Amino acid sequence: MLKIDNLTASVGGTQILNGISLTVNAGEVHAIMGPNGSGKSTLAQVLAGHPAYEVTGGTVTFQGADLLDMDPEVRAQHGVFLAFQYPIEIPGVTNAYFLRAAYNEIRKAKGLDEVDPMDFLDLMSDRLKLVEMDEAMLQRSVNAGFSGGEKKRNEILQMAVLDPTLAILDETDSGLDIDALRIVAHGVNALKKPTNATIVVTHYQRLLNHIVPDHVHVLAAGRIIKSGGKELALELEARGYDWVLEEAGLATGAHA
Amino acid sequence: MSTTLAPDLAPQADVARQLGPDWLLPVREAALAEFSRIGWPTTRNEDWHYTNPSAIAEGKFVLAAPDERATGERRTPTGTAAHGVTVAHLAPYTFGQDWPLMVFVNGRFAPMLSRLGALQAGVRVTPLAEAMREDRDFLEARLGTVARFDEHAFTALNTAFMTEGAVIHVAKNVEVAEPLHLVFIADEQAEGTISHPRVIIAAEPNAKVTVIESWGAVGTPRHVSNVVTEVDVASGATVTHLKMQRESAAAFHVGTVQVNQAKDSHFVQFTFQSGAQLMRSNIYTHLNGPGCGSTLNGLVLADGTQHLDTQTRIEHVAPRCYSRELYKGVLDGEGHGVFNGKVYVHPEAQQTDGKQENHTILLSDRAQIDTKPQLEIFADDVKCTHGATVGRLDQAAEFYMKSRGISAEHARRLLVYAFAADVLETIENEVVRTGLEALVLERFAGVVV
Ligand SMILES: Nc1ncnc2c1ncn2[C@@H]1O[C@H](COP(=O)(O)OP(=O)(O)OP(=O)(O)O)[C@@H](O)[C@H]1O
Ligand SMILES: [Mg+2]
Repeated sequence: MLKIDNLTASVGGTQILNGISLTVNAGEVHAIMGPNGSGKSTLAQVLAGHPAYEVTGGTVTFQGADLLDMDPEVRAQHGVFLAFQYPIEIPGVTNAYFLRAAYNEIRKAKGLDEVDPMDFLDLMSDRLKLVEMDEAMLQRSVNAGFSGGEKKRNEILQMAVLDPTLAILDETDSGLDIDALRIVAHGVNALKKPTNATIVVTHYQRLLNHIVPDHVHVLAAGRIIKSGGKELALELEARGYDWVLEEAGLATGAHA
Repeated sequence: MSTTLAPDLAPQADVARQLGPDWLLPVREAALAEFSRIGWPTTRNEDWHYTNPSAIAEGKFVLAAPDERATGERRTPTGTAAHGVTVAHLAPYTFGQDWPLMVFVNGRFAPMLSRLGALQAGVRVTPLAEAMREDRDFLEARLGTVARFDEHAFTALNTAFMTEGAVIHVAKNVEVAEPLHLVFIADEQAEGTISHPRVIIAAEPNAKVTVIESWGAVGTPRHVSNVVTEVDVASGATVTHLKMQRESAAAFHVGTVQVNQAKDSHFVQFTFQSGAQLMRSNIYTHLNGPGCGSTLNGLVLADGTQHLDTQTRIEHVAPRCYSRELYKGVLDGEGHGVFNGKVYVHPEAQQTDGKQENHTILLSDRAQIDTKPQLEIFADDVKCTHGATVGRLDQAAEFYMKSRGISAEHARRLLVYAFAADVLETIENEVVRTGLEALVLERFAGVVV
C-alpha cells in the first residue's frame, strides 16, 4: 500500500530525514518510536504534504501512485489521514461544518454525490459514540478551546468519519488520560480493516498494549535504525534507546 | 435636464435653484455657498489623506435627471419595471422577505416596485419628494439638523441637489416589528450620472426600528451615489441601521451617516461594504444625552483595484455613554482599505466607555490597508481602548483543512468566513446575518493561492 524509499527531506534548510525506507501493507499496523527530535513528526508531515518540508530525495508510492506528486488535499482524497501531534484550532468554523465539508470533498473526488445531510447526521452520531464524544462538540469551533485530550479525541473522530486507507497517528496517545487512551485505542481498532493500514507514532508501550503493532521501527537521526516485532517495543520500554543507537553507530545521548 | 458637475459650480447652482420646493431654497443656497468655500476634498485634507476623490470631481458626472417620471416605471407583461430593473433584479437584495420596501432605481423612487401598503400604526415611510411637497413642517424642522454640511463637501452637495430619498418617522413608544427596507439599484441608464439620495430617520422617545439600506446594481454602470442618511434617536429609542453596499464594480459610493442621540438611546449599525470601485463611508455619531451609546460594526471585502474607505467619528458629548466599534476587512488583489476611527471625548463626558477594534487580513501581497485610530480625550474619568491588527490567512489552519481533503480554494473561503464570523454574529437580524454569511462564503470563491 505504502512504499517509502530512501526518503530525504529538509525544513528551513536543515536536513531532517536522512534516507527513510519503509513498506506498509494493507491490514498492517506499524509503530514508529524514537527519541525526541528524531524526525517522526517530520516524516508524518511530509507524508501529509506539509509545504514547509522540502523533499530532497527518494520516493513515496501509495497504492501505486506517486504520493509526493499530490497536493495535500489530493492525498487526503486518496485516503491518507494524519492525526496531528498538535491539532490546529480554527475559530469560526464549527466541527460539524468542517467534517461535512471534508467528507463531501472526499466523496466528490471519488465521483460520488454529496451526502444527504440527514444521513450525515446519522453517521456523525454513530462515530461520536465510537469515540465517546459529546454531541455538543460538533457545534464548537474546530479544536478552539478544546483541552489537550479533547483535541486528540477530535482527531480520531475525524478519522472515524473520513475512514482513511492509511492513517498516521502522531502521538495521539500523549495527553490522554487512562480512560481516554482506552477509548481512542478502541476506536482505532474498531476502524481497522484488512484493506487499510495504520502507522502509530508513539513514545509509550502502553498504547501498543491496546493497538497491537505488526512491526515496530526505531527512528533516530532521520533514519530507521532498527525494526522488529511488537516485542521490540517492550524491550525499548525496559532498556531505553541507547543500546539501539550504539548498535547503529550513533553517539548515545545525542537525541537528534 | 442634465448638467455636468464640474469644480466650478456656477451652472449647477442654477440647476439646484430650480429643484424646489421654494422653502428649501435658502438651505440649498447655503449648502452651495459652503461647497464653493471648501471645494472638493483633496488628499491634502487630513481626512482624505488616503482617498483621492478626484475621479468623482473630474468625472463629468451629470445630475440624475430630476424628472418625476424619469425611471419610466411601467407594467410589462412580465411584471413591473423601472428603467431596466424588474422585481427579479431585486431578488438578490431582498432576502426573500416581504418587509416594507422602498425601491429607488437610478436615484429615483420607483413606487410600483415598492411595497409600502400595510405599515404598522405609528410608522410613516414617505418618499422624500412627496414629503417635500406635502410635509413641509416636519421636514423643515428636521432636514439638515442632524446632517450638517459645514466642512463636509459631499453632504453640502447632497443638500444642494437632493430630491429623492426616504423619510422614516416612528412615533413615541412604537416598536416596529419588521425592518423597513430601502433598496437602491442602478442599471446602465445610471451611466455617467450622480445621484444625491437623502434618508431621514426620526425615532421618537422609546421607539424601536430597524432600517436596512441595500445598494446594488444590474450590470456595471459607472456612476456616483452620494447618499446622506440622517438619524435622530430620541431618548430611550433604539435605531438599528444595516447597510449593505454592493454597488457596481465601476461605481463610486459616498455614504454619510450622521446620528444624533439623546439620553439612554441606542444606535446599532452594521455596514457591509463589498461594492464600488471607490467607496467612502462617513459615520458620525453624537452622543448628546447621558447614558446613550453607539455600536458601529462593519465588514469590508475588497478585491481587484477597489478602494474602500471607512471613517467613523464618535463624539462623546454627554457623560456615561458607550461606543463600540468592530470593523473587519478582507482585502485581496490590489484592494486598498482605509479605516480611520476618531473618538472625541468632551470634557463633560465623564465615565465614557469606548472600545474600538479594526482587524484586517490581506489575501495578496498587493492588497493594502491604512488604519488609523484617533482618540482625543478631554475628560479624566474615561475608559477608552483601541486595537488594530493586520494579518494573513492562517497557513497552519489552511494546511490542516487540506489535510482533511478540503480543497485549497474551499479552505481559503472557509478561513475568510471564519475571520468574518464574529463581526457578522453581531447582527441581530437572523435573515440579514445568514444572507451576509452566504455572501462572504461566495465572495472569494475564485481566489487561488
Ligand atoms: N522549521 C524548522 N526549522 C528547523 N528545524 C526544524 C523545524 N521544524 C522541525 N525542526 C527540527 O527537526 C527535528 C525533527 O523534529 P520532529 O518534530 O520531526 O521530531 P519528532 O521525532 O517528532 O520529536 P518528538 O518526539 O519530540 O515529537 C527537530 O530537531 C526539530 O527541531
Ligand atoms: Mg513529534
